[in-house]
Amino acid sequence: MTEIVVGLGSCGIAAGARQVYETLQEELSERKLQIPLSATGCIGACHREPQIEVRLDDGSRFLYGELDPEKTRRVVEEHLIGGNPVEEYIIPLDYPYLAKQKKIVLANCGVINPESIEDYLAAEGYAALRKAVTSMSPEEVIEEIKTSGLRGRGGAGFPTGLKWSFARASKGNKKYMVCNADEGDPGAFMDRSLLESDPHAVLEGMAIGAYAIGADEGYIYVRAEYPLAIKRLELAIRQAEEGNLLGSHILESDFSFIIHVKEGAGAFVCGEETALMASIEGKRGMPSIRPPFPAERGLWGAPTNINNVETLGNIPPILRMGGPAYAGVGTERSKGTKVFALAGKIKHGGMIEVPMGITLREVIYEIGGGIQDDKKFKAVQLGGPSGGCIPERLLDVQVDYDSVTATGAIMGSGGMVVMDETTCMVDVARYFLSFTQSESCGKCTFCRMGTKRMLEILERITKGEGRMSDLDQLEELAVKVKLASLCGLGQTAPNPVLTTLKYFREEYVEHIENKRCPAKHCRDLLRFRVIEEACTGCTLCAKVCPTNAATGERKAVHRIDQHLCIKCGLCFDACRFNAIEIATGITA
Amino acid sequence: MKTGFEELLQQWKGQKGNVIPLLQKTQELRGYLDREDMTAIAAVTGKSPAEIYGVATFYAQFRFQPAGKHTLKVCHGTACHVNGAEGLDLAVKTELGIEPGQTTEDGQFSVEKVACLGCCSLAPVVMLDQEVHGRLTGDKLKKVVRKVGQ
Repeated sequence: MTEIVVGLGSCGIAAGARQVYETLQEELSERKLQIPLSATGCIGACHREPQIEVRLDDGSRFLYGELDPEKTRRVVEEHLIGGNPVEEYIIPLDYPYLAKQKKIVLANCGVINPESIEDYLAAEGYAALRKAVTSMSPEEVIEEIKTSGLRGRGGAGFPTGLKWSFARASKGNKKYMVCNADEGDPGAFMDRSLLESDPHAVLEGMAIGAYAIGADEGYIYVRAEYPLAIKRLELAIRQAEEGNLLGSHILESDFSFIIHVKEGAGAFVCGEETALMASIEGKRGMPSIRPPFPAERGLWGAPTNINNVETLGNIPPILRMGGPAYAGVGTERSKGTKVFALAGKIKHGGMIEVPMGITLREVIYEIGGGIQDDKKFKAVQLGGPSGGCIPERLLDVQVDYDSVTATGAIMGSGGMVVMDETTCMVDVARYFLSFTQSESCGKCTFCRMGTKRMLEILERITKGEGRMSDLDQLEELAVKVKLASLCGLGQTAPNPVLTTLKYFREEYVEHIENKRCPAKHCRDLLRFRVIEEACTGCTLCAKVCPTNAATGERKAVHRIDQHLCIKCGLCFDACRFNAIEIATGITA
Repeated sequence: MKTGFEELLQQWKGQKGNVIPLLQKTQELRGYLDREDMTAIAAVTGKSPAEIYGVATFYAQFRFQPAGKHTLKVCHGTACHVNGAEGLDLAVKTELGIEPGQTTEDGQFSVEKVACLGCCSLAPVVMLDQEVHGRLTGDKLKKVVRKVGQ
């Protein structure tokens, strides 16, 4: 049967997918077309949102991208009624962005309706849970996960099967299974997309984990900034309870498990497991010393196991295909796939899933299609505020836990932000540090004060007030902050500084010695000037200038008063004749 | 005057881990948290008002003054940062005369700086009330703000 599916993930909605959906509703009813219209989650090619998929009787599929109401009406008119696909809006299915990926975790994303448990069941949903509770012992489940080689996808890469075996071995009548969906890394949206697009997969993974460790109660700790994910999770939990897939005596077995959704309240540090537990308990989300590890003493003192969203999304496919088959994907020490949020100065950004072992170059140039406006690649940032920037010469590094760690970055949870020649690496370091500095909970002195001092140094450098001795001091502080912090936030906060110092030291030196920002980003080191020969005197720059720094008579060359200029760049953006230049450096 | 709030207190009374949900629901109800409400939450949860205040101030979500009629969240995720989010801040400052964390004198707009809205492929983005606006420049943002302010 012919059907139409609209991608209604947050990205799609932001790009206008709801309007596309409403247009389809109107068109179908006005033209009396009996074609089922449904919603799905993230189709993945976020750079071409809003997207719809037309699935015909004969099994052929047509993916349309970058639609708006008008284009949508054309698709209805020409394709659904006329039978001729509108070639110019079609995203070919062999599009390298899609063809190079391997979808295990995201297999259902953009395919099924996330608000329909029937859709999930039809896609072998809950088959893995059924298999576990009806034919496997908890130990066998853990063994299967160990065989698969699955490692934690939250970033640290701890073997999941081993983690479960610790929680299993802990004594106690009450145990908890927690899903960490406090996706705080700026530039990362994998967990959000997975929760929005396939919430049942995460619930099923949690239930299997709970069965394996012997937990009867679970929490999903999800950011309050993800309202759609929360809504879909709550709906999915109700559906699963009605279907006896959650709740008491699941599938008529002795296994019972209930799940609560807990909304985070906006604290990055709560992604750290001990802080997360404190937050669930209703306290300030501050980390505590380990040991005791959560597997021994976690939530309300009971043994607790905490896994990341993507890790849990891997569990059902692993049980369905078997540990050995899963271990056949990936590299020697990093098995399976990894989901990344590919963003920044990239042509084709979006949510992608790739086999471990693929190189960064393949991801950026083949899947991502290269750099926006064909500018020059400068760095790729992995792991957000805990990670680092990897330069061009290391682009052939494989994506696996160990190879990425060897560069000084970390695999992280999956943020992959591409930077080009217009990105200032000193500013990137300053940016991440300002983030971790403001998110430091303040418990450890080095994290609280050390990051503050490091930030002050970086701010000084980006203002052109740095000294060469600052670089040594940054490195010294970085090591101390790493060593003297209790949790991952402080232990990794210096990474963006250390990697940029290691690979882009010359940019720091330029800022300090020549007061020059090579990327022309650091505003204090820039001067906006009118190129007299190019200026037509159109007065646009004077109109947009908020401080009246840009002035001039109509049809006469304008000028910018450097004392009044706040370097907002509005004149540069507004000028239609490329008559504003940006200069930087002592000699410029 | 306290309808809704009293029910909220009764509904969550005695439940484990009820402090943060109570603060969240109260803020949903009132728009912000005041001293009186936090004291009432303390009484119901068996904690001291200082503890409740300590929890509330730890998390970025909670506010202690009423918000403006419209809330503008400027995304400062990594992708937005490299695509010019700081320029948006400057545009907001010149258009509305306020910095992130402040509310305009006429109570029309509150501006917040947020870590990531997760629409990275549309960077730089802002969320104005419930709607996301993407691929912005300072100039485009000013137009968006003016349209809503009218």
